[in-house]
Amino acid sequence: MTGPTLAELILSRVSGREARAGDLVIAPVSRVMVHDSVIDAVMAGLTALGKEKVWDTSKVCVFVDHAAPAPTPVVADSHRVLREWVRAQGIATFYDAGEGVCHQIMVEEGYCEPGTVIVGSDSHSNSYGAVGSFGAGMGATDIAVALALGRTWLRVPESIKVTFTGAPRRGVTMKDAIMRVVREIGTDGARYACVEFHGAGDLPQGDRITLAGMTTEMGAKAGIVVGTAEAPEWLRPAADASYVREVTVDLSTLEPQIAIPPRVDQVADVSEAVGIPVDIVFLGSCTNGRVVDMRQVADLLRGRRVDPRVRLEVVPSSRRQFEDAMADGTLGRLSAAGAVIGSSGCGPCLGRTGGVLAAEEVCFSTANRNYKGRMGSPAASIYLGSPYVAAVVALTGVIDDPRPYLEASDDEFDALVARRRAERGDRGAASARSGDRARELLATMPVRFEPQVVGMEVED
Amino acid sequence: MPRAWVFGDDLDTDQIVPGRYAPFMVGQDKFHTYAFCDARPGFAKTVQPGDILVGGENFGCGSSREYAPAALKKLGVGGIVAKNFARIFFRNCVNLGIPVIESTDAIRLVGDGDEVSLDMAAGVLRTPHGEARLRPLAPFAQEILAAGGVVAYLREHGDFPSTG
Repeated sequence: MTGPTLAELILSRVSGREARAGDLVIAPVSRVMVHDSVIDAVMAGLTALGKEKVWDTSKVCVFVDHAAPAPTPVVADSHRVLREWVRAQGIATFYDAGEGVCHQIMVEEGYCEPGTVIVGSDSHSNSYGAVGSFGAGMGATDIAVALALGRTWLRVPESIKVTFTGAPRRGVTMKDAIMRVVREIGTDGARYACVEFHGAGDLPQGDRITLAGMTTEMGAKAGIVVGTAEAPEWLRPAADASYVREVTVDLSTLEPQIAIPPRVDQVADVSEAVGIPVDIVFLGSCTNGRVVDMRQVADLLRGRRVDPRVRLEVVPSSRRQFEDAMADGTLGRLSAAGAVIGSSGCGPCLGRTGGVLAAEEVCFSTANRNYKGRMGSPAASIYLGSPYVAAVVALTGVIDDPRPYLEASDDEFDALVARRRAERGDRGAASARSGDRARELLATMPVRFEPQVVGMEVED
Repeated sequence: MPRAWVFGDDLDTDQIVPGRYAPFMVGQDKFHTYAFCDARPGFAKTVQPGDILVGGENFGCGSSREYAPAALKKLGVGGIVAKNFARIFFRNCVNLGIPVIESTDAIRLVGDGDEVSLDMAAGVLRTPHGEARLRPLAPFAQEILAAGGVVAYLREHGDFPSTG
């Protein structure tokens, strides 16, 4: 019999029995994360369960981040109800509008205990694997049950081993690395599974959040980085652990990656997408809204203003990241370049507040999802990629490889920008031409269909 | 007789209820009327209690939003038969008491609008073109579904079913 994977190790330890892939276990949770957009359903679930109080107020973190600050009176009222509930429960670990994205705060404020199970009301709760926690996203009723009992049921997942080798070249980031993995595995290739990352334990915490959080886009139940500084010594998979699949990515030969709408797994090298026009750039989210991401964009811009036909929206992922970016001048540099700076939170990532997309608009986003309708109009389209690519798009109005810009002299830099801006041509919306290019690109890719409905009528 | 509504692969929760129509945005009494409003206009008005959704791979992928299956529950959807399900969606459906059953045959046998009947006990979905075999659910999930959802189960028993 082979030794345990990280998932088996953690679930055996917390459930008090030997847990192997496929077993069902009842697991105590070390913390429960709840956010604003599900609070009504969570409260209804608790009431239906006949429980007035959560099982342990010190183990519950509550956030107002998904539609914050409130964009409409209906949302504002829901936030009011949430605040009253938090007060009535006596939950001290409450982060109101403007504090930031739940996942960023959960990790950076140390709420994620390595080697334990944490459940969250958001699908990207996988992010807690950045520090070695088994983080799993669940729906409102599951969260209500976890709040009531302090326990949850889990099927012990099979594991997929992802190994990174080599060091990325300048202009290539772990966002590109994880998009390369999604390209390999697909949006459902890790369904029910735990993705175990090897060769990533020494990366900065932010990069590890990018990796673990994006495992959600492969359907994973959890994504855990092996060998992090935060993890205790016992938290190591066995050398002979059994994996359903192994994927290796050589970072040293990796190009910047972009995802083509409307699927996260339609991923191409950026060189294949050069010249696609864009209307709006979103720099933010739990995936890439940290000071390091903002600094990469500000550095690449070199004091130049963004293309006048492009809007750049910057939403720091937490107040800490916001303040760090203020302190080192990054936010000042971005504002001087023409960026709109939003309050910390989810921003327009899920289309509820702060710069949603109009029909036909084309967005380049550093976030994690590009589904139809995700950021506003279902007729808008969203490309995903790294902050470096986002910077070039903001600067030129088109998708381009950021690496030549990073290496260029000032004169060469301005010549590159001028050339791309001229090529973009028209001053109107980017949609028509980028739509053609997206179709051309998709035609060359392995067959992966748009989320499709049989007999679907086009509504416009 | 219930009808089948046939969908394809990778149907995501944004298609079931787009985020902009979350209960959070439009109120608890309205969100279900937007079910499939972009992907399948007219669905919420014409679906009948007991109708069955039939899908391909990775049904319900995307967000953890429970209001997607909650909208289907409110509209009276009698069950979902797909090749396989996204994990959070699957849990949410079991918790809400919506039968979610895997079947490799169903999507091949069932046409959109066909009259069908879901027989969990016999493990089949009866269709005009033959019977689609259903993969048996784990006893743990069966017990929760039989109680009408996890809330009803816990109220009755005070704890989860045995994990065997």
